[in-house]
Amino acid sequence: MTDTSTLRYTPEHEWVALDGDIATVGLTRFAAESLGDVVYLDLPAVGARVVAGRVCGEVESTKSVSEIYAPVDGEVTETNQAVLDAPELVNSEPYEDGWLFRVRVDALPDGLLDEAGYQALVGA
Amino acid sequence: MNPRTSPLQAEHEALGAVFTDFGGWSMPVRYGSDLAEHHAVRTAAGLFDVSHMAEFRVTGPDAAAFLDAALTLDASAMRVGRAKYALALTEAGGIIDDLIVYRLGIEEYLVVANAGNRAPVAAALAARLEHHAARLADETDDTALIAVQGPAAERIVGATAGLDVPRLADIAFYACARGDFDGVSALVARTGYTGEDGFEILLPAASAPAAWRALLAADAALVPCGLAARDTLRLEAGMPLYGHELRINLQPAQAGLARALPLTTKLADFVGRAAVTAGPPTGSRVLVGLVSEGRRAGREGYPVRDASGAEVGVVTSGALSPTLGHPIAMAYVDPGAGPELLIDVRGSLLPARVTPLPFLPRGEQRGTR
Repeated sequence: MTDTSTLRYTPEHEWVALDGDIATVGLTRFAAESLGDVVYLDLPAVGARVVAGRVCGEVESTKSVSEIYAPVDGEVTETNQAVLDAPELVNSEPYEDGWLFRVRVDALPDGLLDEAGYQALVGA
Repeated sequence: MNPRTSPLQAEHEALGAVFTDFGGWSMPVRYGSDLAEHHAVRTAAGLFDVSHMAEFRVTGPDAAAFLDAALTLDASAMRVGRAKYALALTEAGGIIDDLIVYRLGIEEYLVVANAGNRAPVAAALAARLEHHAARLADETDDTALIAVQGPAAERIVGATAGLDVPRLADIAFYACARGDFDGVSALVARTGYTGEDGFEILLPAASAPAAWRALLAADAALVPCGLAARDTLRLEAGMPLYGHELRINLQPAQAGLARALPLTTKLADFVGRAAVTAGPPTGSRVLVGLVSEGRRAGREGYPVRDASGAEVGVVTSGALSPTLGHPIAMAYVDPGAGPELLIDVRGSLLPARVTPLPFLPRGEQRGTR
């Protein structure tokens, strides 16, 4: 199990895990539960530059389309083929096999929330 | 204004429902997985709270003549114990709402309207009541409506403790019968909004929580379902939803509802008859079904384009069909557009082919029942 207390969060409901200079990005359980069953993901391509706070993809549920915001600046090194093939992993394992993509970063930007800050934001 | 809550609100909360505002009501959008809820209705059965729908009871010697004049329905020609789909129109032939009307007696009808159209339907009916010896009562606040939909619906309703419906199996599609739940009168109708066999049970609000619990206890296969599943189910079944496929500035023929107009058989005049007999202006857009490949769906408001890129229509509802596994959409398009079209999905053009509605045949025809 991922220890969610070690993650950083955006107000747009992405989570970030930093391992060395690689940031793994996913959607929070709160986001997944709000969206309903995720049926399609549009993720940034490997090699693409993403910019913190900018839209870098889309997540479609049965009932809605939402944008994915890059939580960090950097170059995408990997996308999660498993979640592209089975988007429902976002619902079932948002912090494990439901991760979305990885980005090579210099550092995490200021302004990301810690778990307590994010939980306060979503009223949990 | 705070949204209204159903008499089943506490049941929904106990089941962990996620709520959404719909037609002025706070109603469950899903209890768990909306896809699992959808599949339950196609393969077994789902339980829906549709108490947000509006109910009007019409009684009196002129009840039939009043509804003949007020709605597209040939109310006089209905047999007692039958249900009919009908429209309330403006003089210009625009759709005020789509309705289900039940004939409960020679001088008694029940009109079920969409939640969001309660006020306009009430106003239209009240205005058209003049000079008729009939009474119109809005019973929405005292009434609960519970739907059991799916191939196992008859088995489950028949096995529900306290729910007594004489000759349940003999209730035909679009027919209804009086039953009772724990000594309280209930109306049980073989109608629904999912494209499956099933029942809608109308009973006093105070009896609804016990009936809801009794239905759930009757069979573990019965899955509580929210509005998300209700929407994808009705979309697969090609059924229009007011505010999406039906609007006050659209005529029935544009929405593919010419069949709901008994123009050749109904003698009585009704509001909008002249306009719908003349039909919509030449060139008016018409409702079509669109199917695509892949997983990305056209959504409400997305433009529909032809091969040249010209906008020829707009999507009114769309989703990745849970049953079919590919995207489906309904759209208003210029007459003659297609069959090969493009849905403008936020800048990328998704090929889509015009297809007859419904996308999915009724359950009975697919052999699920």
